[in-house]
Amino acid sequence: MATVAISAEREHYLNKEYGIRSWLLTTDHKRIALLYLASITFFFFIGGFFALLIRLELLTPAGDLVQADTYNKLFSMHGQVMIFFFLIPSIPAVLGNFLVPLMIGAKDLAFPRINLLSWYLYIIAGVIYIHCIATGGVDTGWTFYTPFSTAFSNTRVIEAGIAIFISGFSSILTGLNFVVTIHRMRAPGMTWSRLPLFIWAHYATSIIQLLGTPVLAITLLLVVFERAFNLGIFDPTRGGDPLLFQHLFWFYSHPAVYIMILPAMAVESEVVACFTRKRIFGYNFVAMSSIAIAVFGFLVWAHHMFVAGISLYAALIFSILSYLVAVPSAIKVFNWTATMYKGSISFTTPMLYAFGFIGLFTMGGLTGLFLACLGIDVHVHDTYFVIAHFHYIMVGGAVMGYLGGLHFWWPKISGRMYPEGWGRLAALLVFAGFNLTFFPQFILGYMGMPRRYWQYPPEFQVLNVLSTAGSTILAVGYVLPMIYFLWSMRYGKIVGDNPWGAAGLEWKTSSPPPTFNFDEEPEVTWEAYNYEEIPAPAEVPVER
Amino acid sequence: MFDNFPLWPVRASTGAGNVDALYIFLLALSAFMCLAIFAMILVFATKYRRRRGVEAEQIEGSSALEITWSIIPLGIFMAIFVWGAVIYFYERTPPRDASEVYVVAKQWMWKLQHQEGPREINELHVPVGRNVKLIMTSQDVIHSFYVPAFRIKQDVLPGRYTTAWFRATRPGVYHLFCSQYCGTMHSGMIGQVTVMEPAQYEAWLSGGGTSGSLAASGGSLFQQLGCSTCHRSDIQGRGPNLVGIFGKPVRLEDGRTVIVDENYLRQCILSPSTNIPSGFKPIMPVFQGLVGEEQLNALVAYIKSLSPTPAGAAGAPSVVPAGTRTQNTKE
Amino acid sequence: MSDSPIAVEQHGPELLHHFADPEQQRDAATLGMWLFLATEIMFFGGMFCAYLIYRFWYYNEFAAGSRSLDIQLGTINTAVLICSSLTVALGVRAAQMGNRKLLVILLLLTIVFGLAFLGIKGVEWYQKFEEHHIPGQSFNADDLVNQYPQIHVDQRHEQIYFSLYFAMTGLHALHMIIGVGIFIFLTYCAWKGRYTPKYYTPVEMGGLYWHFVDIVWIYLFPLLYLIDRKPLR
Repeated sequence: MATVAISAEREHYLNKEYGIRSWLLTTDHKRIALLYLASITFFFFIGGFFALLIRLELLTPAGDLVQADTYNKLFSMHGQVMIFFFLIPSIPAVLGNFLVPLMIGAKDLAFPRINLLSWYLYIIAGVIYIHCIATGGVDTGWTFYTPFSTAFSNTRVIEAGIAIFISGFSSILTGLNFVVTIHRMRAPGMTWSRLPLFIWAHYATSIIQLLGTPVLAITLLLVVFERAFNLGIFDPTRGGDPLLFQHLFWFYSHPAVYIMILPAMAVESEVVACFTRKRIFGYNFVAMSSIAIAVFGFLVWAHHMFVAGISLYAALIFSILSYLVAVPSAIKVFNWTATMYKGSISFTTPMLYAFGFIGLFTMGGLTGLFLACLGIDVHVHDTYFVIAHFHYIMVGGAVMGYLGGLHFWWPKISGRMYPEGWGRLAALLVFAGFNLTFFPQFILGYMGMPRRYWQYPPEFQVLNVLSTAGSTILAVGYVLPMIYFLWSMRYGKIVGDNPWGAAGLEWKTSSPPPTFNFDEEPEVTWEAYNYEEIPAPAEVPVER
Repeated sequence: MFDNFPLWPVRASTGAGNVDALYIFLLALSAFMCLAIFAMILVFATKYRRRRGVEAEQIEGSSALEITWSIIPLGIFMAIFVWGAVIYFYERTPPRDASEVYVVAKQWMWKLQHQEGPREINELHVPVGRNVKLIMTSQDVIHSFYVPAFRIKQDVLPGRYTTAWFRATRPGVYHLFCSQYCGTMHSGMIGQVTVMEPAQYEAWLSGGGTSGSLAASGGSLFQQLGCSTCHRSDIQGRGPNLVGIFGKPVRLEDGRTVIVDENYLRQCILSPSTNIPSGFKPIMPVFQGLVGEEQLNALVAYIKSLSPTPAGAAGAPSVVPAGTRTQNTKE
Repeated sequence: MSDSPIAVEQHGPELLHHFADPEQQRDAATLGMWLFLATEIMFFGGMFCAYLIYRFWYYNEFAAGSRSLDIQLGTINTAVLICSSLTVALGVRAAQMGNRKLLVILLLLTIVFGLAFLGIKGVEWYQKFEEHHIPGQSFNADDLVNQYPQIHVDQRHEQIYFSLYFAMTGLHALHMIIGVGIFIFLTYCAWKGRYTPKYYTPVEMGGLYWHFVDIVWIYLFPLLYLIDRKPLR
């Protein structure tokens, strides 16, 4: 690995052009990925700030930090920011955008200008949402249930709805780009069965983004119209049905959770393969599981409505289907674990995140079984049990997948290595802080503490204090990578094409890659995860 | 359980035990699965850690394993599903002889009225060992009636009735929470359910200076609003005779047949031109805006009291199953 | 390789750098447009779902509301849109044949039809405004109630019909406006001679979009206008 300073180096996508115009008008998928990285990090901190305020308020049973209305806005906006402006874009828009063309041997995505448009739509949506926050916020819960959102809330529902509506288009266009790219732009020899599992999972994610997000769009639009023009579609006093809103809303929002987790599973496959130096066990099954999750994910939405007033028979059907959708996820966990058998395992930061992912996703997924179970769900629906469940998956799963992926591909993205010691420390802090924050919430939920409660009965205090304590540790764990990634861009150890000795086309080009990705169009003659042909690096490149 | 560090609320209803049993089973299953996977990972991570000169062994996969670890979990999931469904059936099938409490939720309080007449706000007194059915509606947004100790929860919707039921087994005072976000004081929309010994409950009932049963007040309202002009019980009036109608099927003008339940009665009063019984003209005045939720409850209770016997074969459980009990009416 | 001098000469500037050849570019565009239309189906689908449910519940109100729509104007609009789809299809053919003048004329005609549709829709909406059929404070369906006294119409449920009417036709009209905008752009490019028999993908893609918007109307028309036009006893 050369230690020559970057400025004397060959040309790559970062130094090809300088200046703000070259960034804001870029059509290079790698630059767009970095634009997304900066923007979603910004929103992550806004959402995280709201979360900290929530946890601080919940230190005491009484509502004594903020007013009730403020608290209601905090949890609503925490949810909306984290879901729509952080989680849904995160891995696809950052890692997906960067890697999909590289992994399949293409020069760019199918529609580079639409890719840039996607980012601009995200930014416009983000600006509108920030304006919404600044002018009073929204207090409907991230779920916008009617008739509260249409006829009773006094907050900026229309603005929030429009912002999320626009961000939905960003999501749809990203998905569209990926599907077309994967279908039409694979390099010669890159057959479907040679695709990395990362691509399979992103393909499945994109299908969901394409087919599900428009339903959210129309649903939010109808809420906006109802508020703005006094239409009566969800108004019970005019014969409208509040449950109609819930069906339409969850038809998207359930598949949305698979938009959030499938990309993290994508990262998991790549990281586990690399740091066990093995092909993923059961490649076909893992690939098909991604597709199965996407398909089945559309069939289970009303498991969010078991006590909403749906019929008994509808509840039975949705409960059974929800158990079906759990099977492919279980298959994946078993396959990753089986990959470790007779592997050659190193404990780098990405691998630590991968271990954490399996653990936390397994716990979160198992608690999903509780919720799919009709008899139990009646008791724990709308309590902290649900909050704990989805945070285990979305934070313990998706965010850890995101961070693991960022660390794994950081050398490719920046040409530099992050400091491994700090990386491992941060991973451990995140894991420990996360568990302390959210495990007590399972108990709180079964004990009966409802969610979205600004004040609560005193017997719930101890568990809430534990949870808040955990959240402070978690916060430190999140801040550290922000600092050392930035540090590494200037002072990190310079790396070559393939510091990890990983399989995959992206590692066959330089770090950072040239603007058009490959000096020569690759021709693929090998299977995915051909680790038997790739020598392991002499030592895992660490930098203390 | 552990008094200082409880894992679940007290069990105070007949259903609570089953729910907790299933919960404990799921806990055990999850703990087992987690331990199994974590142990395997730990063992593999140690045994197969990277060592100089030792290469990883490339293993493609094993269809047999894949099928095994798909079928077995699926089987376990189906078992859990059935167990949960059985509990859910039980929770959603109020017994026919349940005494009824009408609940009206509004931002941000619970208004309850026993069929015997007494009203309560944010409190519900019930006797041990009696089946209690809650017939609930909301005046504004969606709320949810949640009593952790009974393991029951049901969303309360504007524009229709939803029901829940329980039979308390243990005297005491238990939390009542609103568990569907409903605005500013959602977390303040709480109360308590007080379960008393039967004798104490009777004492409480008679102590309150009540103004007669809910059905009786419904009866006076029926006269006041002029309902009895068209809905006569002696001869066929302009409207259907309501005696004995509750719980029975009725044929509508469009050919469909529905069971007369609380929701149907409510709709007839608030939107009479929808779903008219066949053979009748759409001339009933609209009462939406003229009667409040509690008055509606009283009218519904009164009409139910006109049914002489509990409904016959309407056996299938539904959201609001047709069921009445014999009432002492003054008719 | 696609960067060799010989290969570059065979393609015009319309071949984007990241595609290997024009076929790949065209295939990508076509797949992309079909996927986009699938998202539009899901988008309108939400409203169709709401329509289905409420029509089942409030049939009388839906029928009365449907009868209050101007069937002549609706039929004319349907014919207008079908004609516009014809001009679009012929336009694609003209592009295929390299007939620039014909292409421009047909694209212009399409725009004219589109604008005609929007104009007639505007007239219909204005009629609704005059009749007080716009949901909200000033809604008044007494005329419907009185028109057919034997079929009792609940005015509150009637508002739901009209809410859906305006939402569905409004969003359809918005898509038409966007379509007209796209076709103005296409006409300009066609006039500039940018489309040749070798490269007319944007015309095709625009055509696909236009046909889709047309098909949505083909569903909206019977669902909104033709619920129950039988003469009443």
